[in-house]
Amino acid sequence: MKNLPILIVLLPLVAAQLCLVFSRIHRNVGRWLVITAVSASLVMSVMQLLNVIKDGPIHYYFGNYRAPIGIEFSIDTVNGIMLILVCVIGLLTFLFSSEFRVSSDKTIVGGMNTVLCLLITGLLGMTSTGDVFNLYVFLEITSLSAYCLIAMGGNKGVIAAYRYMLVGTVAATLYLLGVAVLYANTGTLNMADMAVLLNEGDKNKAMLLAMILFIAAFGIKMALFPFHGWQPAAYTHAETSARPLISGVMGKIPAYAMFRYLFCVYGTDFKYFDFILDVLGVLSVCAMLYGSIRAMGQKDMRKLLAYSSVAQIGYISLGFAIGTPLALAGAFLHMFGHAFMKAGLFFCVGAIVYRYGKFSLEDVGRLYKKMPITCGLLVLAALSMVGIPPAVGFFSKWYLGLAAAREAKWIYLAVLVISSLLNAVYFFRLIEKFFINPDKGLPQKRERGRIEASAWILIPVIVCFVAILALGLCNAKIVDVLLLTLGEVGL
Amino acid sequence: MMNFLALEYRPLVAVALALTASILVYILGEHIHRNVREAITFVAAFLMAADVYSMIPSVISGEEIRLEVFSIVKGISLAFNVDAAGMIFGFVASTLWILTSLYSVGYMRGHDEKNQTGYYAAFAMCLCATMGICFAANLLTFFIFFEVLTVATYPLVVHYRDEKGKASGHKYLAYTLISGQIFFAAIVIIYVFTGTMDFVPGGFVATDALPMPWACVVFFMMVGAGIVKAGVMPLHSWLPAAMVAPTPVSALLHAVAVVKAGAFCTLRVVLYVFGPEAAKACHGAEILAWMAVLTILISSLIAIRKNNLKARLAYSTVGQLSYIVLGICILNPLAATGALYHIIAHAFLKITLFMCAGAIFVTTHKADITDMVGIGRRMPLTMLAFTLASVGIAGFPFFAGFVSKANIIMGAVEAGKPIYAATLVVSALLAVVYLMPVISIAFRRDVVNPEFSEYGEANWRMLVPLLITAVIAIVFGCAPNLGFHLYDIATMAGNSIFGALTM
Repeated sequence: MKNLPILIVLLPLVAAQLCLVFSRIHRNVGRWLVITAVSASLVMSVMQLLNVIKDGPIHYYFGNYRAPIGIEFSIDTVNGIMLILVCVIGLLTFLFSSEFRVSSDKTIVGGMNTVLCLLITGLLGMTSTGDVFNLYVFLEITSLSAYCLIAMGGNKGVIAAYRYMLVGTVAATLYLLGVAVLYANTGTLNMADMAVLLNEGDKNKAMLLAMILFIAAFGIKMALFPFHGWQPAAYTHAETSARPLISGVMGKIPAYAMFRYLFCVYGTDFKYFDFILDVLGVLSVCAMLYGSIRAMGQKDMRKLLAYSSVAQIGYISLGFAIGTPLALAGAFLHMFGHAFMKAGLFFCVGAIVYRYGKFSLEDVGRLYKKMPITCGLLVLAALSMVGIPPAVGFFSKWYLGLAAAREAKWIYLAVLVISSLLNAVYFFRLIEKFFINPDKGLPQKRERGRIEASAWILIPVIVCFVAILALGLCNAKIVDVLLLTLGEVGL
Repeated sequence: MMNFLALEYRPLVAVALALTASILVYILGEHIHRNVREAITFVAAFLMAADVYSMIPSVISGEEIRLEVFSIVKGISLAFNVDAAGMIFGFVASTLWILTSLYSVGYMRGHDEKNQTGYYAAFAMCLCATMGICFAANLLTFFIFFEVLTVATYPLVVHYRDEKGKASGHKYLAYTLISGQIFFAAIVIIYVFTGTMDFVPGGFVATDALPMPWACVVFFMMVGAGIVKAGVMPLHSWLPAAMVAPTPVSALLHAVAVVKAGAFCTLRVVLYVFGPEAAKACHGAEILAWMAVLTILISSLIAIRKNNLKARLAYSTVGQLSYIVLGICILNPLAATGALYHIIAHAFLKITLFMCAGAIFVTTHKADITDMVGIGRRMPLTMLAFTLASVGIAGFPFFAGFVSKANIIMGAVEAGKPIYAATLVVSALLAVVYLMPVISIAFRRDVVNPEFSEYGEANWRMLVPLLITAVIAIVFGCAPNLGFHLYDIATMAGNSIFGALTM
């Protein structure tokens, strides 16, 4: 029980290495190995979250070396929930990916599973760690495996991956520079320790420099406007089976890291705190409007959803920019909700590709008759994005709006309203394409009797459907749990 | 084991019944016989009506029926509260669901409509949302069901899946979603300033809770969602456009749920959130009343010029709904009672008219009034019902429309606003002008359209409901209290809102 924090990260890491070896025996052996490992991590993260709720935050020191020297994993209720989120989406993606085999003579058997598992490891590590340099290591694991997964998506995928790699490397370098600045000023790499030391003496200038570097670095990684340039192509051309994980959670973890720096390491005592929040607010507002406007013009489902992600990331950073505990809770609720919405939408896209091999919105007329379950999720996720109750998207918007109004930031409230309406424009267009446009009579890629896609694709679809409703209806409990941690930070 | 038949669970049961019916129809609809599928709707409709009727005695005795289901967001519960005003709307919606369902079966089968499963599922979902709107105890619960209603109506509006339907669907969504989102922002603002969400008869917003120009702005941000759905000019144009949908959908839009939900939303916002004093202090009620007056007059004039029967009826609805809005905005108990009773009166009268229009369309495929020469001889019962309902809409004594209008007029006189009273009288005359030609053309003796010789009376599934609604409209006109004590309930609601002020 004591070693839960490290085991959650370690199991997928080990399984990823072993997967290559076991896949030599049979590809399914390797696949089930990683699925088992991620499931085990999922179970352990649930247990860990229950412990955190009961006994307060967990601080896990590697080899029992205390803070400034050793590496620390610190788990509170926020990242406790995020670990579960990463595991759930990761697991669903594994189930889903079994129907898509990347098979060419150039790929290694089981390589896809290995890389996917490494991506999960990196995300779990970034979430758990309490050490700034450790964060960098996991960030690189995440990035490298993401480059691979995007490159696996074919020729265009390689180009998208190359672009992402160029920008991603810049982001990693900026982050490292920021860490160097802080290390030079404090002499520690532990977040909690750094938070204490930064408040001693006047280090505001250096802190401001570092924070700007961090915002740029994490902004690139989470695809926050105007650093989002790599993201639409990468989401569009990534390997189909990995897309739900990439789009669902990969952008959220850097956002969480940004939150850690802003609110846990720096804190409200930082002289330029309000200034940074305002900058973040402006970027978020631009992201919400720009992403939605660009999404309207897209004809490719994947691109539409990718631009919608640019807008939705804006909701999350808007919550940070408002900065009260309630706004932060709203931002994290949106993070969880959006992970299921966007991953769910990409599961739907995957199901359509699986059956018809089409991505264009012009081809999907009256598809609901042939794929009712998939289209059901599509509608629910789209309504949730718009913010129609009782889907989760409405409730995160409620908390964000309420917090903005309490802080008398009326512009943010107005932008939330406008952004929902812009979302409505393109998501109802999407629904219209599926439900109203005439049937194109697409040829089936596979004939599989009456069920719409294989069970491995339908399970993630159904889980996402339930999750969007459940998160919406249970939001009060989730927010209570989040506020256990968030109540102590923020304005 | 909780007792789900206990009084306080009944509002939840009403919502759950329609929700279950909707889900069952959607999932099973394509796999079972259509009679079984319709049976699901009927069972749910009858159970729901019984459930709603069973709450009437407690409402009359003033007993509180309140249920907090669970915490829907931090600090606010999903709560139901059955009060007199909600009961009126709930009675109308649940009663008419049975009749429209029967009519739908006749219409949809007679017309060989496609996508019937989706139609019945969306219809049940609309009723689920309507029940939630009736019995919601606070603004947030209300808003949740209000938005569900908006979305659930959309598939019905675009039922034919053609270009025209698509255009109407866009228009419908644009009007309702924009006003809904603004409503959302207003709810947030109200919550921040007052710290409460629960509906209170007489309102909970203090007159000085918001600085002056902003109080009026927030008032219209909130009431906007209601008046868009209720079709108050200049926000009405989605309603005539939505006429492309099948006739039972028009019945739902105009009589059962959607526009009534708009009027009910206006009622809740003006009298249960702001309350008479704050609504008066911010001048919102007065501006809204004038908007209603203009709507009543202009829409009646437009209706005269429409040759398509459904379009004429649509503009008539726009005008009639503004009676309710006007009744609310006069801000005294008589007018509020009249407004509430008009929800019932207009529902039964207008649904009769629409059902007749639909019956004529299915039987003879005629939609324009000028083509209906002599139709009264072929379809005497349908046209008899149409005649009765037209007379009722015009507000003749012994019809339900008279009771409500008389109350609103008396309220206007009592409030010292003779212009409002005059508007209602003029509008009644205009109603005669736009509805009587239909009847006189239908019963014309000389030139009988030769095509009609092959048609007879409409199918019984359409005929029975429209006769029943016509009869009910007369019964409620002669004896407003018969059976369900609806007039008493409306009076109770009116007194509870203003009681706090006069006593």
